[in-house]
Amino acid sequence: MSNLSLNLQLLFSGLAVGAVYSLVALGFVLIIRATNVVNFAQGDFAMIGAFAMVTMLTALKLPYWLAFVLALALMTVFGVIFNYAVYYPLRNRSFLPVIISTLGASIFMQNAVLGIFGPQPRPLEKVFKTPGFEVAGVFLDSQYLVILAVTLIAVAFQYFFFEHTLLGKKLQATSQDKDMARLVGIPVAWMIALTFVYSATLGGLAGILIGPVLFVSIGMGSTIALKAFSATVIGGFGDVTGAIVGGLLLGVVESFGAAYISVPYKDAFAFLLLLVFLLIRPQGIFGEKISEKA
Amino acid sequence: MTIQTLAAGASASTAARGFRAGALVLLLLLLAAALPLIPFVVKVNPYILNIFMQAVTYAVAVLGMTIVLGYTGQIHLGQAAFFGIGAYTVALGTLVLGLNFWLALLLGVVLASLAGFILGLTTLRVGGHYLAMVTISFQVIFDLILTNWIAVTRGPDGISGIGRPSLFGYTLADDKAYLMFCVFVLYLVIFGVWWLPKTRLGRAMQAVRENEMAAEVSGVATLVVKVVAFSLCAALGAVGGALYAAGFAYISPDNFSFKISIEFLTMTLLGGSQSPFGGALGTVLLILLPEWLRFLKEIYMAAYGLAVILIMVFMPEGIWGIVSRAWRRLRPLRPLAHGPVEPFKLDFPLTDTAPVLQLVNVQKHFGGVRAVDGININVARGTVHALIGPNGSGKTTTLNVLNGIYRPTAGQIIVDGKDLTHTSPHVRAGHGVGRTFQNIRLFPALSALENVMIGAQRAHNPIERSESALRRRALSTLDFVGLLDRADRVVRSLPYGHQRLVEIARSLAGSPTLLLLDEPAAGLNQTEKQELVTLLKRLRGHGITIFLIEHDMGLIVQVSDRISVLNFGRKIAEGTPDEVLRHPDVIAAYLGESVHAAA
Repeated sequence: MSNLSLNLQLLFSGLAVGAVYSLVALGFVLIIRATNVVNFAQGDFAMIGAFAMVTMLTALKLPYWLAFVLALALMTVFGVIFNYAVYYPLRNRSFLPVIISTLGASIFMQNAVLGIFGPQPRPLEKVFKTPGFEVAGVFLDSQYLVILAVTLIAVAFQYFFFEHTLLGKKLQATSQDKDMARLVGIPVAWMIALTFVYSATLGGLAGILIGPVLFVSIGMGSTIALKAFSATVIGGFGDVTGAIVGGLLLGVVESFGAAYISVPYKDAFAFLLLLVFLLIRPQGIFGEKISEKA
Repeated sequence: MTIQTLAAGASASTAARGFRAGALVLLLLLLAAALPLIPFVVKVNPYILNIFMQAVTYAVAVLGMTIVLGYTGQIHLGQAAFFGIGAYTVALGTLVLGLNFWLALLLGVVLASLAGFILGLTTLRVGGHYLAMVTISFQVIFDLILTNWIAVTRGPDGISGIGRPSLFGYTLADDKAYLMFCVFVLYLVIFGVWWLPKTRLGRAMQAVRENEMAAEVSGVATLVVKVVAFSLCAALGAVGGALYAAGFAYISPDNFSFKISIEFLTMTLLGGSQSPFGGALGTVLLILLPEWLRFLKEIYMAAYGLAVILIMVFMPEGIWGIVSRAWRRLRPLRPLAHGPVEPFKLDFPLTDTAPVLQLVNVQKHFGGVRAVDGININVARGTVHALIGPNGSGKTTTLNVLNGIYRPTAGQIIVDGKDLTHTSPHVRAGHGVGRTFQNIRLFPALSALENVMIGAQRAHNPIERSESALRRRALSTLDFVGLLDRADRVVRSLPYGHQRLVEIARSLAGSPTLLLLDEPAAGLNQTEKQELVTLLKRLRGHGITIFLIEHDMGLIVQVSDRISVLNFGRKIAEGTPDEVLRHPDVIAAYLGESVHAAA
C-alpha cells in the first residue's frame, strides 16, 4: 500500500468514526443549550440503542429495517422516561445535582444492561451485506459510508428543523431564555422533554451505526461520550457546528495517532487534544468568549 | 407566673439542654477514641479487620472529595486516580527504588498534588462542567498507563509484597496496630477538614461554591482557591492510597478504576458532602452495605447508580444533613454571643484631593454593539456620584467594566491613581473597590456573619489579620447596617430588604475606598428606601466615595453630590442634581424630544 493511499485510508476511517462522535456531541450540545447541564448519560443512549438493536435482530429475529425503526422508537420512549426520572425532579436546582443525577443514571443504565445481557460484547450486523469497495487503493467500508451518509442527513435535518420550523424556533427560544420563553407562552417543560427525546434518539442512532464497527458492549457509551464531550469543547462549547467539526477532527486525530504513535494509548489522544485546547483556546474553534452577566 | 420566672425557667431548660448536648459530644469523642482499641480487647475476625482497613483508607480519600465537592462545589470524578498515584508510588518507591515508606508517601503526595495542580490550573479557568469531564479523562488515561506500561507498573498482574511502615522503631506489621495507626490518621484528617471552614481559605471555598462571581468581586481569588482545593483533594487521595497499599500489601489496576472513583463520589454524597463526619459515615456505610446486601451482588452497581439519583432528589444534604438537623433541635437556640461590638470605622483621610476614580475614554463593544462608547468620568473623593440614564444606555456595562467583570475594548480605569484596567475583579477588590449587584448576589447557605467576614478578608484590608479581628470587623459592620441581631442567620432565610443590607455590609467590611452600588433601591418598599437613604448619608460622614446606578430619582436627588447621565453608551450631561435635571438633553433622553418641565 502506498503512503498516500494509507493516509487516505486513515482519513476515511477517522472521518467515519468521528461522525459518530459528532452525532453524540450534537445530543450533548442540544441538552446543554436547553438545560445548561452536561448529560453524563449521553453516551449510554448509544449503548442502549445498540443493545436494543441487537435484541431485535437476534432474539426477536426481526428484519433489519423494522428492527431499526423499532429501536429508534424505543429510544424516544426512553428519552421521555429519562427526562422525567433524571432531570425533571431537579429542574429548579443548580447544575451540580443535575449533573450528578445524570451520572447516577449512567451507572444505573450500564449495570442494568450488564445484569440483563451479561459482560460479553455482542456483534451487530452491518446495514448492507457487502463489505465495501476499493477506490484508488483505498478500501471504503460499506458501514463507514453509511455512517457518513446518515450523519450528513441528520445534520441537514437538524438544520432545517431548527431554522425553518416553528417547533425548532420554540426550542431555540427555550434554550436562549427559559423565563422569556415561558412568558410568550412556550411550554418550556415540554420543550425540554422534547430535547431529551431527540438527544436520546440521536444517541441511539449513533450506537446502532457504530455497533458493527466496535462490537456492542456495556462500556461503549462511556468511551464515546468522553470523545464526544472533548469534541464539544474543541469545537466550541454549546456550538452545533463546533460539535460536528470537533467530532470529525477528533476521529481523524485518533485514527492517525493509532497508526503512527501507539495503539494501546489510542483513547488518550482525545484527552490530550482536549487539554491542549483548554490551555490555548478554551473557547474552542467556533466558540465565543462570553462572560457571565452581572 | 411572672415574666421573670418564665424567663428563668426558659434559661434553666436552655442550660439543661446545653449540658445534655455537651455530654453527648463528650460521649461520642470517647467512643471514637475507644473504637480502634476494640480489636485489642475482643477477638475480631481478620476479614472484618480488612473491611475496616478498606473503609478507613477510603475515608481519607473521600474527605478530599468533601473539600472539592462539598466545600468548593466542583465535580471531581477521578479521585481513584489520585488514590492510585499514592498507592503505586508507595509500592514502587519501597520495592523498586528502596525508599523508606514515609519518603515514598511524601513523594506520592507531592506527585498527586502536582498532577492535581496542573489539571486544576488548565481546567478550572473555564468553569463548571470541564473539571468533571477532564477528571474522567484523567482517570481513563491513568488506567491505560497502569495496564499498558508493564515495564514500570507491572500491568494487570499488579504489585504484591508491599511492606508496612515502622513508627518510632516499631513495625506496624500487626493488622490491629496498623489499623489503629490508620484510624489515627483518619481522625487527624477529619479534624483538619472540619476546621477548614473556620479559616479564610475554607470560607473562600464556600464563597466560590455559593456564588463564584460574588466571591471574585468580594476579593476572593477564585481560581487560586479552586486550584488549591483540588490539589488538597488530590493530596488526601494519595495519602489514602498509600495507606491502602501498605495495608493490603497487594494492588492492581482494578483497585483504581473509574468504578472506584464513582464509589468515592457516592460515599461523599450519601454521607453528606458538606461535613467530614458525613464523608466518613458514608464511606463506612457503603463499604459495609455490599457485605449486608450480598444477595444483590449482580446488580449492586445498578443499585448504586439508582441510589445516586435518589440521594440527589430526596436527600441533597446526605445522611449527615438529617443528623445535623436533629442535632440543631437538641442544641439550645442561644443567640450569638459576641460581647460588646466596636463602632464601625472607615477612616479615610480627606486630605488627598485627586479623584478616586477616573474613567478615561472607556469603551465596551459586544460584536457591533457599542454598549459603552468612550466615556470619561472623574469621581471626586468623599462624594456620592450617581450614574443615570434610560434602560440600555450602558450603565451596568460601565459598572461591569469598572470592576473587571468585563474587559474594556479600549480606555483606562484608574482607581486611586493606579491603573487597574487589566486586572481581575478580586485584584480590584484588593485595591478597595467594593460592589453590590442589582439582583442580589450573596452566599445563600452561609450566615450573615460569614458573608460579611468574606468581604472583610479581602487583601490589603487595613485591619488586623487575625481571625478574631475579622469577626469583630464583621460584627461592627453588621451593627452599622442594623443587622447585628441577625448575624447568625443563614442569609437565604432573611427577607429581601435585609439581604440587600447584608450585601452592602459585605462590601463595607472590606473598607472600600470606592463603593459601587448597582440599583441599591430596586425592589425595596418606601420605608426600606428611606432607611437606605439614611444609611448612604451616614456613610458619607465616614469619608467613603460612592458611585451608584439608580432609577429612583427621588433617592438620587437626596443623596448625590454629582450626577453623570448616559444615553446610547455616551455621556450626555454631568453636574449637580439641579443642573442635570434641567439639562435639555437629559429631559429629551428620558421623556422624548418635546420639552416638558422636569418635576
